[in-house]
Amino acid sequence: MFLAAAIAILVAMALALVRAFMGPTLYDRILSVNVFGTKTVLFIAVLGFLMGRPEFLDIALVYALINFIAIIAVLRFFEYKHPDSSEVKE
Amino acid sequence: MAFLAITALSLAFTKDLFASVMFTGIYSLLSAAFFVLMDAVDVAFTEAAVGAGISTILMLTTITMTGRYENNKKYHPKIALTVVVITGIMLIFGTVDMPAFGSDTAPAQVHVAPYYIMQSGEDIDIPNIVTSVLASYRGFDTFGEVVVVFTALVGVLGLLEFSRKESELGNAPAPMSQHKVLRIVSKILIPAIMLFALYVQFHGEYSPGGGFQAGVIFASSIILYAMLFGVEQASKAVSMPVTKVLAALGVLIYGSVGVVSMLNGGNFLNYSVLAENDITGQHVGIIIIELGVGITVATAMILIFLTFARRIGKNSEETA
Amino acid sequence: MSIFIDSLSWALLLLGGFICVSGAIGMHRFPDFFSRMHAASVTDTLGGGLVLVGLMLQVEGQYIVLIKLILIVLFIFLTSPTASHALAKAALHGGLRPKLGSNQEEQDEDVLRSFGPVKSEDTKNKE
Repeated sequence: MFLAAAIAILVAMALALVRAFMGPTLYDRILSVNVFGTKTVLFIAVLGFLMGRPEFLDIALVYALINFIAIIAVLRFFEYKHPDSSEVKE
Repeated sequence: MAFLAITALSLAFTKDLFASVMFTGIYSLLSAAFFVLMDAVDVAFTEAAVGAGISTILMLTTITMTGRYENNKKYHPKIALTVVVITGIMLIFGTVDMPAFGSDTAPAQVHVAPYYIMQSGEDIDIPNIVTSVLASYRGFDTFGEVVVVFTALVGVLGLLEFSRKESELGNAPAPMSQHKVLRIVSKILIPAIMLFALYVQFHGEYSPGGGFQAGVIFASSIILYAMLFGVEQASKAVSMPVTKVLAALGVLIYGSVGVVSMLNGGNFLNYSVLAENDITGQHVGIIIIELGVGITVATAMILIFLTFARRIGKNSEETA
Repeated sequence: MSIFIDSLSWALLLLGGFICVSGAIGMHRFPDFFSRMHAASVTDTLGGGLVLVGLMLQVEGQYIVLIKLILIVLFIFLTSPTASHALAKAALHGGLRPKLGSNQEEQDEDVLRSFGPVKSEDTKNKE
């Protein structure tokens, strides 16, 4: 039962990761990192129950927090970089 | 394991620095997942908080200043490559002699680990053995780690604050001022995060946690505030001179526990002599040093982030 | 009674997992960034909530675990929509525009009023 949910979440994570590599625009990649992070939180929680150690929930909570703050940091980075739009070598 | 290798290779070869930072984040996340699979919960905790969180944020702040793309290399440093390869081969050669990863006959497994596992209940009597090993049996190593964090902070402050003039700051508009939804949500979240940090700090004896993780979580709440409300406002809320004093205070608390135990007749950092009862002494000692660790780590992270972030405003004014 | 709770939690877990996977598939199949984001964030929050509620029903006796799960659910409900909102706003500021079928002109005027004209060289950078 837990195993089925864990596998489902893993599949979702893998798909999100593929989108991170594929995404044509930059914001696609940020979105997929966000989704990857949230799925990781769920995965750790389910894994904790699977392995019988509910202490993993602390890690899940911390990672949810870190995910949120990292996305905000990335958005702030792009807000700063956008006005000057420095040299972009493709 | 394969994911780790793929991530590390793509990290080294990509020229887009932003993608490198994202890959670093994914790399530490995979390491944390690895640690979880190996059932090492505290390490996974610290790795997730520090590697995926603070390091990513600090590196993003740095590449805000340096630009997004790596310059093309004009020469290929062959000598450096040779030195690195030779050193790597020598290191691998040296580890062949050591016992295999996780083998049963390694000296660490045969003598030291069973001693800790069996004696920890009698000597210290707290459920989380990792904390008891970290804080009491190997307290001196942890003291070294705290001093390392403090030294890193002093190094960053020394390098970056040297030429800062007070008058150049304060003209940049507060970032993300249009994100009202974010601001409101963060105002609700930040006290909750601080409370969670305190929970992790003091509950470190019973569940995974302890000083390092708690310090990082506390610092990340202040960093969230600084990102959304501007560095100026954050510096007023968390005044920098006080924070610098607090960083030193954390190390001082740790050291003074050791000195007090010496004054009471035991060795340096021997907590048993701190109270009448051995076990109470251990508990008291562990709580106080974790507090010292937490204070130093939190203030170090906050100060490093604020110092980096102040340079952003200054840099863009110079280049504008 | 406990069989009922067990099967309910099993159903919730499977449903949550299915929603998560369908959201991830949606991320691939939708034509435009904004619709992808909509699929991803809505299903993320909902699927995550269902999975965690399913886990909550499995807890026996330890109240602290229950409270932590409730905290995680609250946190995800609070921050995941906020992060998607911030991302959408940043994308609009960055020059992406949603691709619409028939109301393209009305939408263009509306967005033009609140966000300013599309800076064409920037959307090319992002591609």
